[in-house]
Formats: sequence, structure tokens, C-alpha cells
Amino acid sequence: MTITEDAPGHVGSRRLRKEDPALLTGEAKFIDDLALPGAIWVGVVRSSEAHANIVGIDGSAALEIDGVNEVLSGEDLAPLWGEGALPCAWPVTPDMKNPAHLPVARGTAKYVGDAVAVVLADSRYAAADGAAAVVVDYEPLPAVVEIEDAVADGAPLVHADLESNECYTWGLWGDNAPAIEAAFAEAAHVVSERYLQQRLIPAPMEPRGCAAVPSPAGGELTLYSATQIPHILKVMTAVVLGIPENKLRVVAPSVGGGFGCKLNVYAEEILCSALAMQRGAPVRWTEGRAEAAVSTIQGRGQVQHIELAADADGKVTAVRVKLLADMGAYLQLVTPGVPLLGGFLYHGCYDIPNYMFECTSVFTNRTPTDAYRGAGRPEATYAVERAMDSLAVSVGVSPEEIRARNFIGADAFPYESAAGLVFDSGDYQTVLDKAVALADIDGRRAEQAQRRASGSSKRIGVGFSSYVEMCGLAPSRVLASLDYGAGGWEAATVRISPTCKVQVVTGSTPHGQGHETCWSMIVADQLGVDPDDVEVLHSDTAVSPTGLDTYGSRSLAVGGTAVYMATEKVIDKARAIAAHQLEASEDDLEFSGGVFRVRGTPEAEVPLAGIAFAAFTAHDLPDGMEPNLEAHVTYDPPNFTFPNGTHIAVVEVDTDTGDVDLIDYVAVDDCGVQINPLVVEGQVHGGILQGAAQALYEDAVYNSDGQLVSANLGDYLVPSAAEAPRFRLDSHATPSPTNPMGVKGVGEAGTIAAAPAVINAVVDALRDLGVTDVDMPASPQTVWRAIADAQGGAS
Amino acid sequence: MIPAAFDYEVAESADHAISLLGEHGDDAKLLAGGHSLIPMMRYRLATPSVLVDVGRLDDLRYIRTGNGTVSIGALTRHSELEHSAALAEACPMLASVAALVGDPAVRHRGTLGGTIAHADPASDLPAAVLALGGTIVARGPGGSREIAATDFFTGYFESVLADDEMITEVRVPASSGGWNYQKFNRRAQDWAIVGVAVAGGGAGVSLVNMGSTPIRASGVEAALAGGASAAEAAGVAADGLEPPDDLNADAEYRSHLARVLTERALNAAGVA
Repeated sequence: MTITEDAPGHVGSRRLRKEDPALLTGEAKFIDDLALPGAIWVGVVRSSEAHANIVGIDGSAALEIDGVNEVLSGEDLAPLWGEGALPCAWPVTPDMKNPAHLPVARGTAKYVGDAVAVVLADSRYAAADGAAAVVVDYEPLPAVVEIEDAVADGAPLVHADLESNECYTWGLWGDNAPAIEAAFAEAAHVVSERYLQQRLIPAPMEPRGCAAVPSPAGGELTLYSATQIPHILKVMTAVVLGIPENKLRVVAPSVGGGFGCKLNVYAEEILCSALAMQRGAPVRWTEGRAEAAVSTIQGRGQVQHIELAADADGKVTAVRVKLLADMGAYLQLVTPGVPLLGGFLYHGCYDIPNYMFECTSVFTNRTPTDAYRGAGRPEATYAVERAMDSLAVSVGVSPEEIRARNFIGADAFPYESAAGLVFDSGDYQTVLDKAVALADIDGRRAEQAQRRASGSSKRIGVGFSSYVEMCGLAPSRVLASLDYGAGGWEAATVRISPTCKVQVVTGSTPHGQGHETCWSMIVADQLGVDPDDVEVLHSDTAVSPTGLDTYGSRSLAVGGTAVYMATEKVIDKARAIAAHQLEASEDDLEFSGGVFRVRGTPEAEVPLAGIAFAAFTAHDLPDGMEPNLEAHVTYDPPNFTFPNGTHIAVVEVDTDTGDVDLIDYVAVDDCGVQINPLVVEGQVHGGILQGAAQALYEDAVYNSDGQLVSANLGDYLVPSAAEAPRFRLDSHATPSPTNPMGVKGVGEAGTIAAAPAVINAVVDALRDLGVTDVDMPASPQTVWRAIADAQGGAS
Repeated sequence: MIPAAFDYEVAESADHAISLLGEHGDDAKLLAGGHSLIPMMRYRLATPSVLVDVGRLDDLRYIRTGNGTVSIGALTRHSELEHSAALAEACPMLASVAALVGDPAVRHRGTLGGTIAHADPASDLPAAVLALGGTIVARGPGGSREIAATDFFTGYFESVLADDEMITEVRVPASSGGWNYQKFNRRAQDWAIVGVAVAGGGAGVSLVNMGSTPIRASGVEAALAGGASAAEAAGVAADGLEPPDDLNADAEYRSHLARVLTERALNAAGVA
């Protein structure tokens, strides 16, 4: 398939999203919109302590509230799941420690927000009143809050039975340790940096929620959940609770974003399912915003040490990385694997021959971490892109020059990285050149120099971030080699109805991405039908029984490819019918615009609609052919895809107040072939702002007692449109050879790229004042203090 | 995020509201725009057992000018202050500050009387009224009284308003002289980390979020009256204050901001 910018089809056009009318008019039904008469509402009593023995739970006051019917402790609920734990699907090493993780704690609470009891009530209001009225008697225990404290001598233990706070140590260095030592010994320049990745709260528009509805007659259970992963949730719920898979259906209704935090199997999903089966009644729970801050996974949480060795010209010869990663109190679905996803990418988009990565992950008395938009890759990109700027200073060249000297060349693809991946395609230098031109770097630098010379308190800074990421998760055999507990394929079914309308069933589960629009455009072009004649079904295991859902920018590269291949299969069958009808050889038929024609005989043609009806009536099909036009494909990608790009942030820093204003932002991305540039731009805009949010605004702040201080959206600063920079985007596609459409993925690119671009710009603005580093988020106070410290003490 | 249970009464008039307050005592709270009270109730930081809704008292929504005074009904929305031609003429500072409160949704619901009664030291409009030398008119069972803004605020979310009183009107002098308002925050929708209001060419200077109440910067005013330059006067802006410590700013940084922003406000107001 060849798609060019002036292709006559729908692919490549800025088609408006077919999802939006229902969302914009409020017709879309989210989990809390479900009407379930007679449902039991669950209110969760959450630990107010970071680490404490649960001495007593007194529900008497709660039970006096009208509509509150039961108060149940972890002990009371234990028969529902016994010792069965919430699942972790990624045991990254054979000796990884995985503490038993019950949906409701027994004996000891391990973090603020840990469920310690539940209230069952007639309404959500009564459930909230009841949960607030339960009195829990705690005996506080010493808590481990900060990452580095977890591995300090004499640190309190999060899980006493594990005898250590270390969860695992995982590394990538192969047999090149001596070569790395030699590279550092011989280096003309060595950069050694320590960076902090603060914890982030995902905060999608819609918090979580679930409802489990049993069928009294047949013993079936339907679990509705605001989830990214109905298929994975189905398997896991069946395994954890022993419900036969054939009796379980999982439905994700309209889901208001996830950013990874809904890529999980949560306590409340298991709790509601188990109670619904036990009580024979619907059981539901809707998360509150304040509750979400502590009860839903958080992202990031790492201390990074990165060292670069380079020769006199600034050519990097080795990179060595040591991470400490915060798991939180328990392992959720893929918690341990998140640092590994970055572990392959700390050499960035550079041709670096020697690579060493080691991660030690630790338990703390905080909310569990897990995948959050980018999952490991923003952290990796941040470290290497910050360190490359330090190297540029050391060598005495510009940020763009140090990158140019180290880029993997456009002629080097497929490129085998020192971390063991094979990068598919790219032209990193051309991408950077485009970004430099678009950002008017020379003009900005002149302005920067002029303001410095005049002593202005408004400094200009320019920050680069060149990134490559791995997405299209993932080849199943590669996942096996990483001890991940599932494959990485995706499934699709394409059916053509008797009237030539198209039904696509996808195993990829949208929660804001625009699958319906994009899948329709792909199929419409292949079949020569209108995109509005394509219906896309998803997110319900009864309708789409096979799938591995949406995360890791995999939807298009894996799920979209499955749709493309299933459509090709349908066309192949239609071709056989057309050849039969036209009494021609299949080899002599061409198919375009929805019509089969015999080459060289223009009048001999039959439209797809005619073939669809013929396949339906089955009156005259080739001998042995089954009726109907339908095909199913399960596609296991042969490789990851590797989107890349260069982003440039321009900031103005007020040195009197420390305020950072993001005045311009240029992004040139190579996400491969674009199906719908409007959707791509939406992803890039949101992604950049989410990355800039880590750089400037967001921080899950814990005090020394393990209390989350930034627990509401007044203190946890999610930026709004008013804080968004002027986005100026361009692209440079090198089609991926991995899949037939040449697509790569774009869901996380902006988030991966943005944080280092912004912080590099802040440091660039202040470097002449002696500032070499600013922690994230670069709040006005943090920046002001960095300036004051660099100038020799607070002013 | 579910408030504790409460009863709800709709006030038909200011007097009706006052009698309802008298009936329910300190368990009752007036509900105007609700953009401060309802979030506090959702976090259960406030648990009034009765809400008396005064939001429909349209006779208290007005902006009247004349005789050198601007009189504003307590239920006047921030957005009405923001867009009033009469206010832009008579007291442009108040219109300008109103435009900086929260976001459009807040400004379309929030009321001037509500924000003053709420007495949040981090709010914009109370400090502006303070710098302008405004007067609060409060009505109780025994009739109305006038309270100088300088006497109104007594502590965090506390004022001299009695449990059975409601604000009916806010008066500010029609302004003369240079004015400016500096609001420093991280997101457009947020409260000020520090704010500085300058009115009357420096005759009135007040600070936002530098203590437990909106604060009249009397040291700055006195310095200016004594002939100090803007920079010199700004240098004493934080003297003697005990600013709060929070995630955005500790006391040292807040004091620094107060000095920087005061100088900027004085300069922008044309105070020599």
C-alpha cells in the first residue's frame, strides 16, 4: 500500500472524528451513567496512614446512617479471594519480590489510600457518608517515603516478610562491561548527572469506576469498567476469582481517558465482581477525584544516574545508567516492567556502541506506580537529552551540533542498537534541521544575547529534545524474552453485509484516541466505500472476544494493521467471487474504487456491492467456497516501531520571580505514515502539554509521614489550555517497513519529548547565571532558588 | 467528593435569608455563586446542615455610580463587574481585577458579596476593595450597618459578619489616581500566590495571600507618603508579615514576591 500526501482517498485527510458528536452532546454513556436499579453501592474506607497496623474497625456509626447496610473489613472479605492476590503480569526477574496484594488489606495498611474496609449502601451518597463514618484504629509503623531512603541502611521495611525493600535488580549490559570501562577511561569528556523523576498523578477527565452485574439464571457475570483493557481484565478476573471465562463478559463503556492508569486490574474491579457473585445483585463503585489521587496508580518516580563518555569531538562512546525506581507499596499489573521499557532507550537516537543499564526497584509506603503515558520512555529521554546538553557545554558546541555528531545516520537503518533493538527507519538529522528552521533558532539566540547584554530580567532560553521511542507493543516472542505474561498481537474481523456496509471488530480498545474514525478511513480506502458506511465495534468482550487492548501507542501499528490485513483478506475472497462471475482469472483482475475490472477489458466489471450480495445469497459461488464476506486476522508484529522527532521549546524566564513562560514550541515528528493528521495533531498537542506539565507544573508531593500533600486539583497543577504554548508542528515521515501501512504510532511521542526540551530551555536561559540544573517541576520558587543558589545564596 | 447531607432553602428576599439564618444559627451558610463553598463541602471541609440560597435575589445585582461612589449589589457576578461599562468608567481597577478571578465559569457564578464574605486571604476582589478603601454594607435582623473594609477581615475565612448577617452591598469610591493589580500565579485559573493592589496613586496598597487576611500594606503607604521612591517603598512590603508556607511558595519566597510585585504595581500605577 502506498500512501502519499495527495492520495485521492481518505487516508491522509483531516477528517473530523465520528466519535465526537456523541461526546460533545453528552450522549456518550460513561460508567457512572449506567442505570442499574437495585445496585449495591460500594464505599471504600482508605487508610489515612502510610504504614500502620489496623487494630480495630468500628462501623457502628456508619451503620446508623440511613441507607448504609454493611461495613466489611479485609478479614470479613477474605473468603471472597482467600490468599488470592491482585495480579502482576510482569515478573521481570525470577527472583523478583511480589508481596501478596489483597483488594482490601488485612492486618496492615501499607500506604495512604490503601483500602482497609468497605461500606455497602443503597446509594452512592449513603456509601460516601458511611465510608466517612467508619472509625479505624491504627497503630502507626515507621514509613519509607522517599526512594533513596528505601535502600538506606536500617530503613524500615514496607513488607517485613520480604526482609528487604528491594523488589528486583534488572540490567542490560551483555558482555561489554570491559569495553564500557575502557570507554570511560579513554574519554576526553565525561558527563555524570543525577536527575529526579517526580511522581505524577494521571488525572484523566473521568476517574475510574466499575459495576459488576450477575445474571441470576445462568451464573454469568458482566463487569463494566472504565478500563483501557477489557480483554486483559477479563482473563485476570477469571483467574483471580475462579470465574469460568465463558461465564464472564467485560465491557468498557465510553472511557474518558486513561493515560495508562486504566491499564490495570484494580482492587475495586475484583471486589465488585466477587461481591456481585456472592450477593446475586449488581455491585458498583465510582471513584471520586480526591480518592483517585491515592487509589489509582501514579506515574514516574525514579532517581536516575546517567554517565556519558565522549571523545574530544563529542562523539559519545559509552552510556552507563543506574536507576532507582519506586514501585510504591505493591506491584500492580505491569509496575515492575515500566523502567525496562525505558531501559532500552537511554542511548536515545544516537549511535553509541557501548551501553549499560541497571535498574533497582524498591518498595515505598506510597500508592503503587505503573504505566503512565510514555511509561519508562519519557524518563529515558529526559536523562539522555539533559545529559547531551551537558556534553554540548563540555565540548563547547551547540545542542544541535552535539546531536548531529551523534545521530544514527539515515543510511544506517535497519539499525541494531547497543541495547539490542532493531530500529526500523528514520532520518533524524533531517527532522532536526526542519525543527531548527521552524523555530528560528538564530533569531532566538540573537534575542537571548541581546537581553543578556542589556541585563534584562526576562531571559530567553532554547531547549532541544531529540527522541526515539519504541512502540507498536509488541512482538510476542520479545515480550516472552522480557518475562511479560502475555503476547503482543492484536485481532480484527472485517465483515461486509449484504447491502455492502462494513463492520469492523477490533480488539484494540479506544478511550479517546479515535479508533472508529481512523479504522473507518483505512477500510474505506481499501474497499472503496464511504467511511460513514463503516461501523467499528470494540470494547465489549461479547462483541470483540479477542484482543489485547490499548496502551503503549500500539493501536494503529498493531490493531490498525490487523484491520488492514483482515480487509485485504476480504478483498481476496471478493476477488475470487468476481473472477468467477466475470469468468476471468483472478490474476487478470484489478480492484479500485470498489470495483473489480478485468485488465484490458474495461466493460468487464463488477462492483463490490454486487459481490457482497452474491456472497450473502450464496446462489452462485465458486465450488467449495463458504458464503459471506468476512475475515479474521490476528497480527503479531515482527518488530516494534520507532517513532522519533526533535522538539524545541523556547522559554522566557523572569529572573526576578523565577516564572517560566513557554513562549514557543516547535515539534517535528516522524510517526510514520499518518492516517488522519487531525488526530495526530491532537495526540501531539495533548502529549506535549502533558510532558510540559511534568517539566513545569505537576508533582505528587508527599510529606515525611507519607501523606500526599498535593491531593486535589488545586494543589496538583494540571495545566489548562490557558497554559499551553503556541504549538507549531511539522512532520517528516519515514514509513516503517515493519507493517504494510508504514505506520509507527504517536500516542506518547509528545509526552516523551517535551519535558527535557522545556527543562533544557530553562537551563539554557539561566546558564550564564551559573545555573546548570533545575529539578522538575521548574516552579517559580524552584527556579528563583536555583538562580539565587547559583549566584551565591538566597537574595 | 460527595458532600455531607444538608438541607436547602431558597431565600425569597434578603430579609427572608436573614430570618432563615436566625432560625438555623451557625449550622446554616448562605449559598451565592457556590464556587468556594461547594468545593469545600465536597471535601467535607465545610459541613453546613442548611444552605440558604440567595443566588436568585436579583434585586441585589446592580452597579450604581454617582456622587463619587460606586455601589454594587452583593449578588453581582464577577463577570458583570468585568464587563460593566459604568464600572470601567468609575472604578476600572475593580473591573480589571474581576476579570482575573478564576476562570470564566467561576466568574459567571461567583459574586462580589460572596467572595468578600468568604474572606479568603488569597482572593483577588477582597484585597482590591481593601486597597480602594471600600465599605461593606451588612444587613441583620436589626437593620443594616456599614463596615469599613479595613475593619471587616479578622482571620482565615473569618470576618466581623455575624452568623445572622448577610452582605447586601459593597461601596467603593470612584477612583482617582493611578492603579494597578499584580497577580502572580502558576495557572491562569488559580488563586494568587501573591497579589498586590495599588489604588489612588499609592494611597491604598494591599496584599493578597501574605497573611491570614487580605492585608493593607500600611508600611508601603506610609513610606510613599513620606516621599519614598517606588523601589524603596516596595522594599518594606513584607516587613512584619507572617506569610503562609505552601507548595507554591514558602514564606521567604512569598516575601520576595511581595517586594517585587509591589514595585511593579507601583511603577505600573505611575507612582513616582
